[in-house]
Amino acid sequence: MAGLGLACLIAALCAFGYAAVAAFHGARTGDRRWVDSSRRSIYAAAGLLSVCVVVVESAFARSDFSFELVALHSSTTTPTLYKLTALWGSQAGSLLLWAFVLSVAASAVLFATRHRHREVAPYATAVLGGLGVFFTGLMLFADGANPFAQLDPAPAEGNGLNPLLRHPAMAIHPPMLYSGYVLFSIPFAFAIGALITRRLDASWIRSTRRFALLAWIFLSIGIMLGARWSYSELGWGGYWGWDAVENASLMPWLTGTAFLHSIMVQERRGMLKVWNVSLIVGTFALCLLGTFLVRSGILESIHAFGESTVGTPLLILVAAVLIGSTALIVSRLDDLRSARRIESLASREAVFLVNNLLLVGLALVIWWGTFFPLISEALTGTRSSLAAPWFADYTTPLAILLVLFTGIGPLLAWRKISAGAALRIFAWPLGVTVAVAALLVAFTDAAGEPWALAMFCVAAFALTGLAQEFARGAAGLRALNGGSYVSALGRLMGRNRRRYGGYIVHAGIAILFIAVAASSSFQTSRDVRLMPGDTVEVEDYTITYAEPSADIDPEEQKLTFAARLDVERDGKSFSLSPSRNYYSGNTGDPSAGPIRSFFEGEATSEVGRREGASEDLWTAMQPDLEPLDPLIAAVDRRLLRRLPEIGPEGPTPEQIEQMREFANAQGDAIERLAALYVANPLPVTFRINVNPFVIWLWVGGLVAVAGALIAAWPAPAARRRRVSDVYAARLAKELGRA
Amino acid sequence: MNPARKRQIRLVVALTAAVLLATALVYTSFNASSEAKSPSELLSGAVGDGTYEVYGKVVPGSIKRNGADMTFEIADRENPSVKLPVEYTGQVPDPFRDGREVIVTGRLVDGTLVAEKDRLITKCPSKFAAEAEEDPEHVIIDESLDGS
Amino acid sequence: MEIVLALIVVAALAWFVARPLLPGAGRSVATEDPRIADLEARKEAKYREIRDAEIDREQGKLSPKDWARVDAELRREAIEILKELDRVRGERTGE
Repeated sequence: MAGLGLACLIAALCAFGYAAVAAFHGARTGDRRWVDSSRRSIYAAAGLLSVCVVVVESAFARSDFSFELVALHSSTTTPTLYKLTALWGSQAGSLLLWAFVLSVAASAVLFATRHRHREVAPYATAVLGGLGVFFTGLMLFADGANPFAQLDPAPAEGNGLNPLLRHPAMAIHPPMLYSGYVLFSIPFAFAIGALITRRLDASWIRSTRRFALLAWIFLSIGIMLGARWSYSELGWGGYWGWDAVENASLMPWLTGTAFLHSIMVQERRGMLKVWNVSLIVGTFALCLLGTFLVRSGILESIHAFGESTVGTPLLILVAAVLIGSTALIVSRLDDLRSARRIESLASREAVFLVNNLLLVGLALVIWWGTFFPLISEALTGTRSSLAAPWFADYTTPLAILLVLFTGIGPLLAWRKISAGAALRIFAWPLGVTVAVAALLVAFTDAAGEPWALAMFCVAAFALTGLAQEFARGAAGLRALNGGSYVSALGRLMGRNRRRYGGYIVHAGIAILFIAVAASSSFQTSRDVRLMPGDTVEVEDYTITYAEPSADIDPEEQKLTFAARLDVERDGKSFSLSPSRNYYSGNTGDPSAGPIRSFFEGEATSEVGRREGASEDLWTAMQPDLEPLDPLIAAVDRRLLRRLPEIGPEGPTPEQIEQMREFANAQGDAIERLAALYVANPLPVTFRINVNPFVIWLWVGGLVAVAGALIAAWPAPAARRRRVSDVYAARLAKELGRA
Repeated sequence: MNPARKRQIRLVVALTAAVLLATALVYTSFNASSEAKSPSELLSGAVGDGTYEVYGKVVPGSIKRNGADMTFEIADRENPSVKLPVEYTGQVPDPFRDGREVIVTGRLVDGTLVAEKDRLITKCPSKFAAEAEEDPEHVIIDESLDGS
Repeated sequence: MEIVLALIVVAALAWFVARPLLPGAGRSVATEDPRIADLEARKEAKYREIRDAEIDREQGKLSPKDWARVDAELRREAIEILKELDRVRGERTGE
């Protein structure tokens, strides 16, 4: 099958290349047959890459270790779901994913716009084809990036998936992120086409707006999943560490958000065109940079996949995209200038401009902090790095301003708000904000954390303003057409999905930031070392380390040491069971013995967590295994003596028998170790966190994504035509007059 | 004031604010950052007061735990005789043990590196499965060795 | 076997891709006149602006006086676009 896959990959490269050349030729000569042919070539690439994906995934499903990719990242003991998702745990696999999503998305947009954009679409096709050539080319020509590389002879067992990745959130996180990155290439390609052809009107935006929104949705989901995974699986107990790879996904999200807002201004008023093309170029460049950061190990990070062969080519692509696009934009500046100016500071346009500045400012701060190790090395010769506190210092005030403006924007009108109206519109939100501030200061210790207090206030302002918008809109509809409040709300949403969907996104973001502020500023975190029977008090929880337990999963070759914590608060009691999983060592020190290797590789934490509306109780455990070291060493020595020396011709039948006995003995040793752990408890270090309001982080994120889906949902064509006709009829009267 | 002038003023204000913020950013980043240093560089006294990222190897036998706290000694990768005592509180990565390569971040106080919470990274000896596989001493245990 | 399969797939796709270029392919996919597309897009955006201005007036953000001014301006601009559309369409049918 690998031969078929490789052939299809090579054919896909040719298809992309042909598409780029044919589209370019068709654009230059105006011969639409070449354009049609190039579009079909993109469809062909999508088909070919689908075959490639099916071939690789079926190899994973079959545990076909003749595929190097499967041998390196899967094993017979990996559960089926993770066998399939292991595809994107590797460099070659993620490149294949990138190319595949690109081909499908490009096919979708080119099919949807085949009757439109006569001048722009060919160039967009050329750009997308070029990107396709790059990614398929990387797979074929970079070392170690070929998904179809074969191993001869095929090993009998694979290395298995990195245990940190055996988590449902981690299973879907990469494809979500990558889909987000890839989908931004669509508006980028069309922007380039628009720049080249000087067709810088609203129509390129109209066709690609949904793709940008879809990209934003996928990125948001990907980022939230990453945060959720970090919170659930990593032992430090946070959801965001300002890690380089986390930042790499946040930066394009920020500029992408700015882009989505800014194009609204261009669609309506023809302004901010330079901003828009710059934002989409910047966003796409950041998406490529994000892909590069994950794959190159150039910055220390928990994600560091190590030095890779695709780092340099990706960086060159980013540079080419930036330089080429900038040159193009500068050469088209005259076409981009708008005749219109922002009329008043008290208008939506002005707020959107401020919004652009804040989001880009945030992205720049994060970019600086993320790349600082490289910058400082270049400037001073030594590598220095910045940690979470520096990031927080700068992003916190900017985020507060951002939430403030997400509240102000919806309250204003386009062009200008009437003077008297301002007071009426802002009265309630301001009033509620002041009340909230007063209550918080009076009844909580929020005054001790001024930044958090400020965030709570602006979020309250935003949420009140949004509620007011919905209330007034529904009231207006009810006054016109009657019916219940709820049905009026429904009609409101249906009538203007974009606006009210957008408001829901804002509400989700405000909720999310309330959670961030609360859980960052008011968190209680304690590290304690307990023996069974010990009790500790954290906040108003009384926590007792009741008993240790151990478990073995032979399917996954996993040893689990767990602890049961009995928790009591306000007379109510419950239990938490944090645990630590150790995996049979194929990822650790090759010179360690068979038992030792369990404890040398990546261990994973299962967090013990009680989620509540007002706070989470979160614990992770780590047993101190040092007292066991001499025992483990002794057992390993005995085990290794049983292992036969295998000659170059492979194992003899007696040797095979010996190896089976060895495996049994290893299994027995592990079982005895587990029993030992339970019978002779060791000290365990627990990290116990009380995280206020964290659940609202996930809720806020979901609300934001739901709002975006509503905004993206197309209105039924019939309704659109009806609305159009109504206006046409109304204007026709005036037309007749004029 | 005519609109063009208003716009000019807005632009100047915006640019000035941007320049000021950028300067603040650059200045504080160099101050707040942790330079990468080896234990010998730190001990030689040629360093100032800030936080440092110290990379080196854990001196065998030096790890002592006291409740949730831990002390150990970190030695130069190239010159194991140079030892720097470290005080650390926080999550200890699983691969952490004698002889491992670590990066610990903290401040130098009276000849001891007082580490910041959770700022301890331990490098796995063979991080990449591929390298492990190529190692001739690496044994792959397989239960299905019955000739199939 | 695999090679044969691969060759068949590639040949089929190559024919699919080349079809528009082969003689007797029929007409290429019809596309909109970009000028009309542009004007249509501007028209829809203008209608949306008119509707938004109405909503703003309903919500009380625009006083009736301000709204009347804005609405008249928007309608003027909309009529310009409609006239331009008619002109371009007229040109086309005259082709």
